Amino acid sequence: MSTQSDTLGSGLLRSETVRGIWVVGYREVVRFISDRSRIIGSLFFPLLMLVVFGAGFSQLIGTVADGVNYVQFLYPGILAIMVLTSSLQAGISVVADREYGFLREILVAPLSRTGIVLGKTAGATMQALLQTGLLLILAPLLGVSLSPGRVLALIPIIAVLSTGLSGLGLVLASFIRSQQAFQLLGQVVIFPLIFLAGVFFPVNQVSAAVEVISKLNPLTYGVDAVRQVLLGGADTAALGVTIGDYTTTLAVDLAIVTVMSAGLLGLAIWAFNRRD
Amino acid sequence: MIPDTAGPVVEVSDLTRRFGELEAVRGVSFDVDEGEIFGFLGPNGAGKSTTINMLCTLLRPSSGHAAIAGFDVETHESDVRRSIGLVFQETTLDERLSAEQNMRFHGMAYGMDPRERKKRTDLLLEMVELADRRTTRVDRYSGGMKRRLEIARGLLHRPRVLFLDEPTLGLDPQTRRRIWDYLLDLREREGLTVFVTTHYMDEAEHADRIAVIDHGQIVALDSPSALKASLGGDRLTLSTADDAAAAVQIGELLGEQPVLDDGVIVQVSDGAAALPSLLRQMTVPVERIEMRRPTLDDVFLAVTGRQMRDEETSEKDRLAATMAGRMRGRHP
Repeated sequence: MSTQSDTLGSGLLRSETVRGIWVVGYREVVRFISDRSRIIGSLFFPLLMLVVFGAGFSQLIGTVADGVNYVQFLYPGILAIMVLTSSLQAGISVVADREYGFLREILVAPLSRTGIVLGKTAGATMQALLQTGLLLILAPLLGVSLSPGRVLALIPIIAVLSTGLSGLGLVLASFIRSQQAFQLLGQVVIFPLIFLAGVFFPVNQVSAAVEVISKLNPLTYGVDAVRQVLLGGADTAALGVTIGDYTTTLAVDLAIVTVMSAGLLGLAIWAFNRRD
Repeated sequence: MIPDTAGPVVEVSDLTRRFGELEAVRGVSFDVDEGEIFGFLGPNGAGKSTTINMLCTLLRPSSGHAAIAGFDVETHESDVRRSIGLVFQETTLDERLSAEQNMRFHGMAYGMDPRERKKRTDLLLEMVELADRRTTRVDRYSGGMKRRLEIARGLLHRPRVLFLDEPTLGLDPQTRRRIWDYLLDLREREGLTVFVTTHYMDEAEHADRIAVIDHGQIVALDSPSALKASLGGDRLTLSTADDAAAAVQIGELLGEQPVLDDGVIVQVSDGAAALPSLLRQMTVPVERIEMRRPTLDDVFLAVTGRQMRDEETSEKDRLAATMAGRMRGRHP
């Protein structure tokens, strides 16, 4: 369709999918940045958990594995929770847009539904990256050493994880009509996901039932991937995920998270392309 | 894509939409010409919204066809979307953004050239008198300002047809008049085609043609004056010293048999012209005359059996009407 005089950008923007990603994602980021209270508010819960659980359990537990104290163990998990809550924002924003009417403006525009889903996902992923970045500032205070390499390694992990969890939020948003209902269902989904993802305890060291469920929870592998990066792969036999005799490596964790994300994102795209 | 320049801008033929057992729109056909203001009226649940949703590609027809600017709503979704501007009953603005940001989002979503977008944003915000409030967040706007902004936004991408669903609902009379002034002015200046639903009969008078939909079918379609004329013209009510005698006289003079009901009631096509000669020739003393031209309310009542005003009443009444509709074996 594009003629030679077109720049690459305007040529790409002819595509309703590319334009959908760009326009919808752009709006999410503009809104997020202009809403400082949300940025600060969203950091509050993870900080609270770090302080409460960290201070509470540190004395009790001491070290979780060689050279890893409880706060160091907990911190990567809290980062993953942060990613989860900011990713679900993609779903909340769709429900809110629907309630305030703006969703109709988006749906009747010449944008593809797939592009809209990917734009919401991209917006939420940007938020997740930004908030993780803010939370990373704390790392040195907690005795977690950061290096440029570790930070760089975190970016793709968080992006993939956030994409999938945004997909989950969008799937929920495709059939939930009110923000209250979404918040409620969000809690019902979030808490089991978090508590059974090896955030607060190593999944290799709990009762059999919890262990099985935790190892079936894809989020567990996301948490483990973040943890392996931030703790430099310390004692994965104790802290990581072991199935049978096999302890997952970072690459395997990432592969599992990628498959989950692709599935959830695909489901979200399907849900939004259904039309009456 | 072959944009259509001749012919009607909106073409609807035998359009039908079923929701399971329920047939919400049943074989609706009509055309809207370029530059026309087309009023689409009907009681709640008559199929108005379902029809509009099909025309703006939010809902697939079960059968039949509809085309906007020559583009089929099913096969050329994207071209249809570019050809229409929409102003819905509920606001669809992002209230956390400013007027300007809302316009920018719209222009970007429709793939407009940034320079063109800025130029047209300036022009349209000027037109709806929001230029000095362009950087204000929309949640600080009044209802009328929001509606004006939505009209400006709906026109940003130069649509061929502007769809307005109850654009003045809940606004004060002064604001309502102003919004109509913009619409009439736009039609004048840009040859814009306007497709509008409204509950206000005084507003429906602005339309070049009106379609009344009831129970999913078009029950009347013509210009406001023709629709009113179809009711048999003006209604004269005369109070006289002897109504029975007057009725006989009037019957002879006009060739139309009057009805006696608290006065002598007779219908004539042009009351203002008929009255002087009637009064000259009558011998029964006339005490009082009332002449009433039929209104669109009368038209609405005649074709749907309901008052338009009733449609603004409570949910309870609507439920009752729905139930009654079901009992008559018709769908709401």
